[in-house]
Amino acid sequence: MSAQRFFHYTIRVYLVVFFLYMFLPLIIMSLATFNDSRFPTVWPWRDTTLRWFGELWADTAMWEALGTSVVVGFGVLALAVPIGVSAGLFLSTYQGRAKNFYYSLMLSPLLTPGVIIGISTLIFWRNLGVSGGIGLTIIAQTTFIAAYVMLMVLARLQRFDRTQELAAQSLGATHAQIVRRILLPYLKPAIITAAVIAFLQSFENYNTTLFVRGFDTTLTVYIATKVRTGLTPAVNALGLIMIMVTVLAAVIYELLRRKDLDKAGKGT
Amino acid sequence: MLKALTDRFGLPVSVTILLLLWFWLIVLVILPQLIMIDYSFRPNLLPAQMGGPEDGYTIGNYQTLANNDIHRTIFFKTIWSSILVTFLTLVVCYPVAYFLAQLASTRQAMLIALLLVIPYWINEILRTFAWYLILAFQGPLNAVLLGLGFIDRPIRFLSGDSGVLIGMVYAYLLFMVFPLYNALESLDPNQVRAARNLGAGTIRTHWRIIIPHAKPGIATGCIMTFMLAAGSYAVPALLGSPGSRWFTQIIYNWFFEGGDWHMGAAYAFVLLILCIGFIALVMKVFKIGLGDIGR
Repeated sequence: MSAQRFFHYTIRVYLVVFFLYMFLPLIIMSLATFNDSRFPTVWPWRDTTLRWFGELWADTAMWEALGTSVVVGFGVLALAVPIGVSAGLFLSTYQGRAKNFYYSLMLSPLLTPGVIIGISTLIFWRNLGVSGGIGLTIIAQTTFIAAYVMLMVLARLQRFDRTQELAAQSLGATHAQIVRRILLPYLKPAIITAAVIAFLQSFENYNTTLFVRGFDTTLTVYIATKVRTGLTPAVNALGLIMIMVTVLAAVIYELLRRKDLDKAGKGT
Repeated sequence: MLKALTDRFGLPVSVTILLLLWFWLIVLVILPQLIMIDYSFRPNLLPAQMGGPEDGYTIGNYQTLANNDIHRTIFFKTIWSSILVTFLTLVVCYPVAYFLAQLASTRQAMLIALLLVIPYWINEILRTFAWYLILAFQGPLNAVLLGLGFIDRPIRFLSGDSGVLIGMVYAYLLFMVFPLYNALESLDPNQVRAARNLGAGTIRTHWRIIIPHAKPGIATGCIMTFMLAAGSYAVPALLGSPGSRWFTQIIYNWFFEGGDWHMGAAYAFVLLILCIGFIALVMKVFKIGLGDIGR
């Protein structure tokens, strides 16, 4: 028994080390924002300053990149969500022999390296006379983000009780009414979550975007470029802001999801 | 196919579903890949040469990769390093996933899940950038190691492969934790107890009961991690140096510096084949199907 207790003790120590490893880099990066040094570092500490936020605010290239990212994000959302929902509905309805084939095909963009999705999209659309830019970035990102949406919609549809549809049908509802009044309201939470995740995935994407962006720069590409050339703690300020927004979004999302689970638990 | 859909959704909705689906699968997924492959088997020609005798299929682009010592070395290094990253990630993540799935109380599990989700949502570029600062020549890691007397002079982490490996394990770790956790969560604790009562030690229990149960999760995690590592551009671009180039960087150079898209397409196709090969290998070793991935 004592060997087992030793094991449990070790694993707890390991967990503490693990989470230090997870968070220490992010904390160090954030702290470096406040150091009055030309290069982002926490050592040596020269003086505490907020001036890097000011420099970031004054950087027009950053604002432009942010605008591009937002446009691309909404474009991806508008394309990937309808596609992903359609794919989910299709998989939950079609029971033919090729179902596994379709599922694998829809999953394949998630198992393909992002650079290859970018490259193949770039080549394919050049043959049609379209070159890199915001439009092509939206297309390329949609290719794999639609698969995430499909997975989330499918997961919710698997818990769907189809007798609801049959009941509505026998009460005289049309197909369109069933879709609008039963199916879509049931899918709403999954669709909202999928939309948020689609937007974030798009915002964060680097590997695919790099090949199809043309002369447009998204915020993620902007950060990477800054790290390579002209790195100042203003990049840290941007990183800190992005981390804060992400943490806030993650916490809100978790809280909402738990409330939703509680409600579902009481409902049944 | 159409009948099953119309019976459920009516004709207009069904047609919309199929149109969106076909647009995605044909125009976004299948055709670009096929065109890329076609591209890779053609030579890079000047406009004047097009339609001429040299305008045909060739394996010349692939021969270039096979004959170029530097590119070949980098290709094999990418494979080997990605396998190493995958293995390290598995080792680092397994205890965490096991604790989360089997040992943690409900409250602990909720906290740990949240702590894992937060870095997962943070941009890969930022997570990599954080390590760039830590590993810098005059950065905090060297300062700590010097201060503790482990080393006599600072180490140049960013000029070899070690920085890239550290950064990749950190960046892709969470793609391993969650599949592992999903698989371990469904393990009945009674099985572990039974093994203990029958006299199995900790290591034996893990080896014979827990790890076999976690197989689908291990396979999914390894596939995702390997694919992300082999296809990574961000981490080697930020944490690497000219001496530690990654295969994706050579592909990028063919497109945007060498200006030879046909060559780039061939290199990209080789990378794709590598990933498909790895997936097939893992599925065979772990005896799982593609349907088990992503569920």
